[in-house]
Amino acid sequence: MRAPREHYREIVRYTPFHSRTSRANVLNLWHRWRDHTVADAYFDVTLEYTALRNTCAVFDISPMTKHRIDGPDALGFLNRLVTRDVAKIRPGRVGYCVWCDDRGHVIDDGTIFHLEEKVFRLCSQERQLDWLSRSALGFDVTVREETEDVAALALQGPTSCAVLKALGLEGIEALAPFAMRAFPFAGGELLVSRTGFTGDLGYELWIEPARAETLWDRLFEAGELHGIRPMGTHALEMGRIEAGFIQAGTDFLPADRAVRTDRTRSPFELDLGWLVDFAKPNFTGRRALLEEQRLGSRFRLVRLDVEGNKPAKDAYVYDDRRNVIGAVTSSMWSPMAKASIALASVAMPWGRPGDELWAEIYYQKELKWNRLNARCGVVKGAFYEPARRRMTPPPDR
Amino acid sequence: MTDPGRTVVIGAGHNGLAAAAYLARAGREVVVVEAAAHVGGAAVTREFAPGFRVSAIAHLAHLLDPSIVRELDLQRHGLAFARAALKTVALDAGGDALLFDGNRIVAGPASAADRAAYTAFTARMRRFAVVLGRQHGRVPPRLAWQHWTEALPAALLGLDIRRLRREDMREFLRVVTMAIYDLLEESFESPLLKGAIALDAVLGTKLGARSGNTVFSYLHRLSGAASGGGGPALPRGGMGAVTDALAAAARSAGAEIRLGCPIEAIVVSGGRAGGVRLSGGEVVPADAVVSSADPKTTLLTLLGARHLEAEFAQRVHHLRATGTAAKLHLALAGLPAFRGVAATDAGERLVISPSATYADEAFNPAKYRRYSEHPVLEISIPTVHDATLAPAGRHVLSAIVQYAPHDLEGGWDAARAPFQELLLDLLERYAPGIRRQVLAAELVTPADIERDYRIRGGHWHHAELTIDQALMLRPVPGAAQYAMPVAGLYLCGAGCHPGGGVIGAAGRNAARIVAGAEA
Repeated sequence: MRAPREHYREIVRYTPFHSRTSRANVLNLWHRWRDHTVADAYFDVTLEYTALRNTCAVFDISPMTKHRIDGPDALGFLNRLVTRDVAKIRPGRVGYCVWCDDRGHVIDDGTIFHLEEKVFRLCSQERQLDWLSRSALGFDVTVREETEDVAALALQGPTSCAVLKALGLEGIEALAPFAMRAFPFAGGELLVSRTGFTGDLGYELWIEPARAETLWDRLFEAGELHGIRPMGTHALEMGRIEAGFIQAGTDFLPADRAVRTDRTRSPFELDLGWLVDFAKPNFTGRRALLEEQRLGSRFRLVRLDVEGNKPAKDAYVYDDRRNVIGAVTSSMWSPMAKASIALASVAMPWGRPGDELWAEIYYQKELKWNRLNARCGVVKGAFYEPARRRMTPPPDR
Repeated sequence: MTDPGRTVVIGAGHNGLAAAAYLARAGREVVVVEAAAHVGGAAVTREFAPGFRVSAIAHLAHLLDPSIVRELDLQRHGLAFARAALKTVALDAGGDALLFDGNRIVAGPASAADRAAYTAFTARMRRFAVVLGRQHGRVPPRLAWQHWTEALPAALLGLDIRRLRREDMREFLRVVTMAIYDLLEESFESPLLKGAIALDAVLGTKLGARSGNTVFSYLHRLSGAASGGGGPALPRGGMGAVTDALAAAARSAGAEIRLGCPIEAIVVSGGRAGGVRLSGGEVVPADAVVSSADPKTTLLTLLGARHLEAEFAQRVHHLRATGTAAKLHLALAGLPAFRGVAATDAGERLVISPSATYADEAFNPAKYRRYSEHPVLEISIPTVHDATLAPAGRHVLSAIVQYAPHDLEGGWDAARAPFQELLLDLLERYAPGIRRQVLAAELVTPADIERDYRIRGGHWHHAELTIDQALMLRPVPGAAQYAMPVAGLYLCGAGCHPGGGVIGAAGRNAARIVAGAEA
C-alpha cells in the first residue's frame, strides 16, 4: 500500500514529457488518456503517420498503466492470471498476453516484461490494480501500480534503430523483437524494449521521470537527420489498425465493465487463440475456454479488405443473403495497403477465408449522406507488416 | 469399466463418515484421514473434567437424517437414544417458565390466544419446513443446464413449494426471507414465547432476531423433525454416539479410518486432485478427494487459491463464516434447581431468551466484535437421561452460548475468564445455588473451535446458513453440486447443502455424486 495521495485534487495530469510535448504541439490538440493530457496530433496527422512509416515517430506512452509484480510467487501469479505460459517469457524478454474472468471473457490485453528473475512489469490499457489484487489471493506476491514512476516513449519506424545508435546505445541493433536491454544514460539507466503498437520496426524507451526531458531532447537531437517527428494518438491509431492490433474498449469490451454478457469476447473470439495454453493446469477462464473449444465460439474477429476507398466506419456487416452478422469496430483508409481496411466482429461461422461479406457504409459529401454496400474480403494476419519488423539487426535505411 | 480407485475422505466428522460409509458400500476403496486422535469432528463426546463427559460442540440431535440411520443401520452399529423428542422450557428471570411439548404450550404464563396461535403457528411452520426437509437428500439444482434432466431438481424444488396450499404458498414466499422478530410480533403477545422461538431462529448463526433470514434459519431447524426425525433427541453416550456408529458402519463396509493424521495439503497434479499430503510428508494417493472440512479450509488452505480461478477463489474467500456460538460445560455436584422448573423437567431443553428483543439485543455487541453482556443460552443436562456421562449423582450441564464472536476485539485469551464469570452469574440468577454446585467449568469459544476442530472462523455450520448461502448457492454459486472446479475434488461437509446441524445428508449426497462421477 502506498501512502494516501492528494492526486484527486488534480483534475488533469501531465506526463513527464509535457514541457516538450506542449512545445511540439503547434496544433494545440489534446485529449485525456487515463487522466493525463496527451496530444491528438502535433502538426499534421498525415505527416506524423508518414514519419512513422518512412522515417520514425515518437509517441508519449507514459500514461499507459504499468504494474510492478514481484515476490516468490510472481511467476505463479502471472501464470494463473494470463492465458499464455509466462514461464516461456525468459528474463529480458517481453510477451503479449490477455487475461480473462472466470467466464473466459477478456478483461484486458497487455505486455509482460520479465525485468529480472521473479520481477515483472505488466503494462495494460485499462487500470487493473483491483483485478490484480483480487487475483493475488493465495500468492506470495506484491502488486503495485507504477504508472507514474516510469516515463516512457515509443520510437517507431524504419529509422528508429539508427536513431538509437546515434543516441549512443551501443549494440542496440542486436536487440531482437520482444527483447529488452538496459543502457547507461545521462547518469542513470535507460531500458529499451523492441516492442510497439504499430507493426513496424520500433522500440519503447523506459526511464525514470526525472530524466524524461533529457531523453526527449537527446532523442530528437540524435534523430534530426533521421526524420524523427513527434506523433499523436491519431497517427498511432492508423499504425495500430494497419498492424491489425486490437484495442480494449474499441475492438472488445473489457469483461469487468460489461453489463450485458453477450457483449464481451473470449480470446478465441478475438483471434487470440494462440495465446491460450491449455497445457497449463490452471488459469482464470480455463474451464470456460475449454468448454468453448468443445461447444464452439459465438463470434470471430475478422480483418476485412473493403472494396472501394470509403472507410467502413461503424458499418454493419452482412452475409451474402443480407443478414446482419456483425459490425466493424475499427476502420481506415490504409495508405500502405492502399485499401480500405477494417476490423470487425462477426457471428460464427462467418469470416472464413473466401466468405462473401458486405459492409454497409454511410458517408457524407457536403452534408449529403450516401450509402453503399461494399464487398469485403477476409484477410489473414496484418494489413501491413514490413520485413524489418522482425529482422535482427534491422536495416539502417 | 475401469477400477474406480481409491477415495480419500478428509475428516471423520459425521459428514465425512457418512460419505465414507456410502462410498465403501458402493465398492470403493476408502481411506478417511482425521487429524484428531478420535472420530467425531464436532459431533463428539469428550471428557472435560475427570469422570465428566459431554457432547463437546453439537449437543442435541435435531436434524439427523433418518434415511441415513436406516440405510447405514446405525442402530445395529450402536446408536441408541437416551431420550427422544425433548420438551422445551423457556425461562424468565422472574421465575416464570413456559413448557412446550411439540406444537403445544402445556404450562406457563401464556394467554389462551397465544396457546391457540402457537399451535397454528408451529403447524404451519412445520408444513413450510417440509419444503426444506425434502431438499436435504437432493443434490441442489443447477441454475443453468444443458440437458432437460439437469432442470429436474429445480423443477422439484418449485413443485415442493407449489404443493403447499395456495394461502400457504403465498405465506411461505412472504415470510421466508423475513426477520423472525417481525413474524413473532404479528403472531404472539407473550414476550417469553416470542423469546423462545427467536432463540431457535438465531442459534448457531451470526444473526439477531431482527436480522433478515432468521425465519429461514428457524425453518432449517425444524426441517429435520418435520421430515420424520421427531424433534431434538439425546443420543445415549452423547453426540459422539452418532459418529461412533457412523464410523462402525463405515468400517464394516470396508473403509479404513486413519486417526491422528492431520493433512498439510491436497495434492494437485495436472490440474486434478491426486491425493493428500499428511503433515509428516507422507502422500496418500487417490483418484478422488472428498473433504468434510469447511470450504475455506479445503479450498484456500489445503488446496490453495492458486489452483482455483480468480473469481471463484474470491467467492470462497468472501463466504461468511464467522462463528458466534460458544459452549459452556459444567461438572455439577448435583442437579441444579432452575426457578420455575419442576425437577422432572430439568432434563428437558432449557432456554434463556426471555424476549425477542432480548435475543436481538444480545446480538448487537457481536456486530462490533464484542461478546454479549446478556447472552442467550440453550441448556441441556443430559445426565438426567443418560447416566454414562457422569459419576452417579453428579451432573453435566451443556449450554450453547450466544453471542461470542470468533473475531472478538482483543482476542479470547483475556476475555475467557470474565465471559465465563458473566455466564455463571447469569445462571445463578436462573438457578440459584448453581455456582456452589460447580466442580469444574469449561468455556469453548469459537477461537477454540477453530483451533481444535479445524473449522475456519469457528462457525458451527462451517458457513452462515442464510438464503444467499443455501441450496444451490451453498457454499458458493457454481459449486453447489459437491464437485469442486478442480477435477477429483469434492466437498461433503456442513459448508455444503443442506448445511449444519448434524444432518449427515451432505456426506450422503456427495457420495452419490462421487460415485456417479467415476462409475
